[in-house]
Amino acid sequence: MSRLPDPWQTGLAAGWRVTDASQLERDLQLECDVAIVGSGAGGGMAAELLAKAGLRVVLLEEGALHSSSDFRLDEAQAYPQLYQESANRQTADKGITILQGRCVGGSSTVNWTSSFRTPAATLDWWRQAHGLGELSAAAMQPWFERAEARLGIVPWQTDPNANNAVLARGCEALGLSHGRMQRNVRGCWNLGYCGTGCATNAKQSMLVSTIPAALAAGAQLLTRVRVRQLQLTGERVDGVLADALLADGVRRSGRLVTVTARQVVLSAGAIGTPAILLRSRAPDPYRQLGRRTFLHPVLLSGAIFAERIEGYYGAPQSVYSDHFLHNGAIDGPLGYKLEVPPIHPLIMAATLPGNGAAHQRLMQRMPHLNVTLALLRDGFHPQSVGGQVRLRGDGSPVLDYPLGAVEWEAARRALLSMAELQFAAGARAVLPVHEDAGLARSWRQARQMIAALPMQILRTRVVSAHVMGGAAMAADQRHGVVDGYGRHWQLQNLTVIDGSLFPTSIGANPQLSVYGFALRAAQALRQRMA
Amino acid sequence: MRLSRRQLLHTGLLGGLTLAVAGRLALPPAAPGFAANVADRQLITVLARGMLGPLPASGPLQVTGNVLAAIDSLPLALQTELRQLFDLLQQPLARRLLAGVAAPWQDASDEDVRAFLQRWRHSRLSLLRSGYQALHSLLYAAWYGDAASWPGIDYRLPPTMKGLL
Repeated sequence: MSRLPDPWQTGLAAGWRVTDASQLERDLQLECDVAIVGSGAGGGMAAELLAKAGLRVVLLEEGALHSSSDFRLDEAQAYPQLYQESANRQTADKGITILQGRCVGGSSTVNWTSSFRTPAATLDWWRQAHGLGELSAAAMQPWFERAEARLGIVPWQTDPNANNAVLARGCEALGLSHGRMQRNVRGCWNLGYCGTGCATNAKQSMLVSTIPAALAAGAQLLTRVRVRQLQLTGERVDGVLADALLADGVRRSGRLVTVTARQVVLSAGAIGTPAILLRSRAPDPYRQLGRRTFLHPVLLSGAIFAERIEGYYGAPQSVYSDHFLHNGAIDGPLGYKLEVPPIHPLIMAATLPGNGAAHQRLMQRMPHLNVTLALLRDGFHPQSVGGQVRLRGDGSPVLDYPLGAVEWEAARRALLSMAELQFAAGARAVLPVHEDAGLARSWRQARQMIAALPMQILRTRVVSAHVMGGAAMAADQRHGVVDGYGRHWQLQNLTVIDGSLFPTSIGANPQLSVYGFALRAAQALRQRMA
Repeated sequence: MRLSRRQLLHTGLLGGLTLAVAGRLALPPAAPGFAANVADRQLITVLARGMLGPLPASGPLQVTGNVLAAIDSLPLALQTELRQLFDLLQQPLARRLLAGVAAPWQDASDEDVRAFLQRWRHSRLSLLRSGYQALHSLLYAAWYGDAASWPGIDYRLPPTMKGLL
């Protein structure tokens, strides 16, 4: 156990109402004003606002409670404890691997702290193409400002680590615009282990900010409880029915949890929220539910440098380039944002292509490895329609996201851009993360190699850390699942407050978008309940 | 050129047929979940040698234990998929025709195992490629998630955290 202070230990000692549902000895029935399903970026923000307004809030979380004293900078421990499907959630055809949180705080507990407001170009598109006329940058500004103030979101002043510096250097050499990120941290130690849970409580995730505040205001938190379905009577939701899980977090214990509520908020993430609505057979007269789920599909490019990069140390993301988002029409060929990921051994070894001696040599060079990533802005091009959430036979969700011609065209362009950039930054060799690629020793060699690579799933490595859409806001019920404030079009006391609201991808790391929209939707809900 | 393309097509077709037949032959799992047996442990050890290359003496045992622990924490639907993959590999007909390994796994040479992994890695059938990728993820996560592998890649936790964790 960590020796650093852990606010959860003092909070629990002070009487926060937290129940680990795996320990229930009998079924549990609760009654409250608002039941919130999911404790991530959306649910956390909603919980604080509503609990502080004096409403009786019950927060249900599928994952377990782990706090800083459990966080040991250890991937093997963190991935099964803190992530959906042990950080190996995959699309139906296994073509895309998805990082998504499953713990108290959701993805905010494990994300890399990158904070961007929803880009003005994205909001413009939502107004023009999706009829969401109220969503101007000016109208959203107060909500982003409020989230930024709450979570300490300010520009990161420390020098970027060497992995991020490669991106900055490459952009400078090629004349590409680039910038420094804002991060939601207070007193960050610049360790680099945001992805395994912040051991120093510097990251202002929901785990250390809004959820403790909600609990201090009297909210109740249930963990290791998986909502099976909403209890529906006509157009009203009476509450939620949930299964308590065993301590393994995998199997159901057999105990049932029922929460009766005046209002229900779904904040289970862009796979979980549509899945609950599907399992509940919620009305979906225009067949919008679970559709247009977006991922920012990510391509990766490795590069070996002579000097040590040590991409495992230091703030994981601090530099970005939007050059390739701005050099074409938003609904044209897919643009992409360039960033770098942190480089830790488990996830790197599982992600890098090849095996045997070649893979071993690559891993031995890990201290000298830079990895650059390109996240594709999906959902704007007419052929970029995203994926669809479906249910397996056992009711668990799976995202079907077939990659098509427009995505693959962008994928090849992105691999080319990244290789050129890495050589411009001084790379000795570049390795596109693709099973058929080898180490290229020059930009010329890389260009020829990438031009010939077959763009197919399970050859080209595609990953994602941003799941968006599936219960989209729309101007009318024919084109989406909820209105601009997250209110379900058919179920009058149901509100969606998470990334599933977004009608397209964001075109930037989405956490601050989720926070801003969550505050706006939760405030509207509070006013409706007054 | 034409011949090799036809051959490829033929292999693909045969592969698909074999997969269908072998899928029917593999016993349906008794209950959801993986429920590891002795043969699974042996198979993981053999595959680890082929996939990861030479490991320190204690490596294979650690990898096998870590793989089984990792499978245990996956959702049941995924455990069942892995059960089907392992059952398929342990089915003698599928092992011969799909994996291309004539000898039983415990007698297979590292060369045989490597050839099987390369065949699936580059297969035209995305189902076989996904089988390879599943093994790749499991085995690499099991080894490089283990602190025993870190000296070999010159990796250590940040020195500032020494004594604090």
